[in-house]
Amino acid sequence: MHLYELPLWFALVGLALYTVLGGADFGAGFWQLVAGKGKRADEIRDHAHHAMAPVWEANHVWLIFVLTVVWTAYPAAFGSIASTLSGPLFIAAIGIVMRGGAYALRAGTRTAGEQRRVDTIFALSSVLTPFALGTVIGAIASERIHVGNPGGSLVTSWLNPTSIAIGVLAVASGAYTSAVFLSGDAARHGQHALADRFRARALAAGLAAGAVAIAALVVLHFDAERIFRRLTQGVGLPSLVVSVIAGMATLGLVWRRRYEPARYTAGVAVAATIAGWAVAQSPVFLHGLTIREAAAGHDTLVAVVVSVLVGALLLFPSLALLFRLTLGGELRDGGQSSGTAPVGSRRRALVRGQLDARLSVAFLAAGIGFLTVANAAWAHAIGVACFFGFILSGYRAALPPDVVETAALRADPDGSTPRSPVGS
Amino acid sequence: MSHLTAIAAALGPGEQRYLLQARQMQALSFVVHIPLVCFGIALPAMLLYVESRYLRTGDELYRTLARRWSRIMAALFAAGVVTGTILSFELGLLWPNFTGTFGSVFGLGFAIEGFSFFMEAIFIGIYLYGWSRLSPRAHFASGIPIAIAGFTGSLTVISVNGWMNHPTHFRLSHGRVADVHPLGALFGNSYFWHELTHMYLAGYMVAGFVLASAYAFGRLRGRWGRYERTALAIPLAVATLASVAQIFIGDWNGREVATTQPTKLAAFEGLGKTTKGAPVHILGWYTHGHVVYGIPLPHLLSLLAFHKTDATVQGLDAVAPADRPPVNVVRYAFQTMVGIGTLLALLSVVYLATRLRRGRLPESTWFYRALVAAGPLSVVALIAGWVTTEAGRQPWVVYHVMRTSEAVTGASGIPVGYGTLAVVYLALAAGVAWVLLRLSRMAA
Repeated sequence: MHLYELPLWFALVGLALYTVLGGADFGAGFWQLVAGKGKRADEIRDHAHHAMAPVWEANHVWLIFVLTVVWTAYPAAFGSIASTLSGPLFIAAIGIVMRGGAYALRAGTRTAGEQRRVDTIFALSSVLTPFALGTVIGAIASERIHVGNPGGSLVTSWLNPTSIAIGVLAVASGAYTSAVFLSGDAARHGQHALADRFRARALAAGLAAGAVAIAALVVLHFDAERIFRRLTQGVGLPSLVVSVIAGMATLGLVWRRRYEPARYTAGVAVAATIAGWAVAQSPVFLHGLTIREAAAGHDTLVAVVVSVLVGALLLFPSLALLFRLTLGGELRDGGQSSGTAPVGSRRRALVRGQLDARLSVAFLAAGIGFLTVANAAWAHAIGVACFFGFILSGYRAALPPDVVETAALRADPDGSTPRSPVGS
Repeated sequence: MSHLTAIAAALGPGEQRYLLQARQMQALSFVVHIPLVCFGIALPAMLLYVESRYLRTGDELYRTLARRWSRIMAALFAAGVVTGTILSFELGLLWPNFTGTFGSVFGLGFAIEGFSFFMEAIFIGIYLYGWSRLSPRAHFASGIPIAIAGFTGSLTVISVNGWMNHPTHFRLSHGRVADVHPLGALFGNSYFWHELTHMYLAGYMVAGFVLASAYAFGRLRGRWGRYERTALAIPLAVATLASVAQIFIGDWNGREVATTQPTKLAAFEGLGKTTKGAPVHILGWYTHGHVVYGIPLPHLLSLLAFHKTDATVQGLDAVAPADRPPVNVVRYAFQTMVGIGTLLALLSVVYLATRLRRGRLPESTWFYRALVAAGPLSVVALIAGWVTTEAGRQPWVVYHVMRTSEAVTGASGIPVGYGTLAVVYLALAAGVAWVLLRLSRMAA
């Protein structure tokens, strides 16, 4: 493997994770959209919301990761794609705003009717966004983009058979993985009736996604011959086989209500599809542009690779923690049980405020001296540090005493509860 | 300076009739996103302070307060995630030649920012949904990465802005970059540190004053228990201290601009000709090379920029008319920022003096009326500050290297996109306002 390919592999891993995790997120929106009306439909919608709420932001960041790695390591290719595919990318971006907006809004809803309206915005954008992003992949896969601003037709580059097929596939596979995940989540929480309803959806969506995938291959045969050939006869074939086997295995596991392993096989099916596309497309990035030609200079590639590896050391343990807590049912909103109340300790002396205030004034004076009067860069650095010292040391002094101190003294004797805040 | 010549960008020039609309669309996206960033910078730290009070005292008041603020944080973070995504899309959608030509130089900043964003999103998920299930200490700990990531995220984004204003660590040959050293370009950049400090303090000012302003409004309506006093004092204390420091940090920023981007400084003040002992004008209008109807303060610009009353300050005439920023836009944005910043600092001194001398919160109704105004005003000052530096950099997207007109997309449809985004953002703003209002009325 060459250095100039490495960032692209990172981006593809990011894309696979986005398609699995973000795709499941979008799929949850799809199930909200087709939930229908009534109490049972509200259950479906609620479950789809609550299962995804703690994780959607983290899932969404994979897309940002892919974008930033591609524009840093393959800037000319990124610029050409963004310029040519401004239509679908803009639609996807608007869809993302509406989805995030819906998450923010749902926190304030009170009635089922309000929730339904918010969920509808969410659901519509959940279908629109993966479809638009799928058409982008289709445009790249069918080599309809070359280097330029724009480098290709603004319309037919993404409104073409391959793009539409992959757009529909993105929606279908999201619905499939999502239904698998959601039946697993429902079963974990002991909601077996709900789990069965998502199981039925998973089975139906799995068959539908399989049919769409076959149709997409037929479309590729006519519309993107090079990819089709390499995918069915060449280097991409192993991935395609893995994808088919994993997809079938998922169906079988869901049928037997073994949701936990099904989670992983569903992920493998999606990831293998992306791997197959990647190896079939390689070494071509855009029409007339190879990956090697598209890559940035040596120092940039090294910097990207090192940053991603270091970042991954932080990221994966954190992600593991988030998913462990989510899957373990630790993260659900609305629970009233509070943890054990901490033991209060009062060890702060009241005189501290005076000391803080003096220290803070000293920092301010020093800050002005180093930053405003002195002119050297090193003095400015000390000056900035002094200003932060001013804020930190002054903070306790700037708070009224009844906020900092009396609270501790008052809390124990009369067990004062907070006044109910607004409007009561 | 060989790179002063216009460059042939990597993708070739795009034909664009709607450059101004593209710039406005970008500006609109920033105006919506940047106030949310302030909450990302400052709110986690304030929340952690409140929660640490709870851990130390066991006083339920702090827990109630932290839970309510965490819901505000959730709504604002969700809005920040999606508006930030729009910005990263727009870097490609509106300015493909900028990204396509210089992505390898500045892109790393955003790649690292992506990881901050990840940490923020992951731990916000844990923090928000872990209130009832995690132990109090574990819950507190889960908030710490959010506060750190809020800082590192803004740090990396500002490193990119610093580079756009002071582009170094690369060479151009035939419209392509060569000898790129991305780490040096982003973090070894002398323009980066003062911008970061300025924005970081602004984050605390905006988040602090907006929150305090909401509770001050409540006080005027008669809601003034211990809960409200606490909820007002915690953000107010940090915002007032930051406002005082910001006067000096802002002055430092001005001096850095004077040496690094003299044309921008000249636009701040509407200084048409290079002048020895240059004055500052308050208000007025820049036309034909000088400010008319303004209040002149002689020698002040030389004094502020170079600490000498008779220092020579470079005027706009030092560069060709095509290389000058839109002076009145920059000048009024600058005056708005400085004017509001000064008023906020005065309000802060009133608060701090009352606190130190009387040992309590101010009692005058006028103080609280001013505080209600301070919230929205601080947002206006924040936006004015970004207009100052961004419009002041024009006509360059990469200072003295690439013009904004060379960076813009050749794709059609910018007016449609602009209109759509404006409608969606209006709806989003209305929605977020509705949620915050609802949350303020809901029992925790």
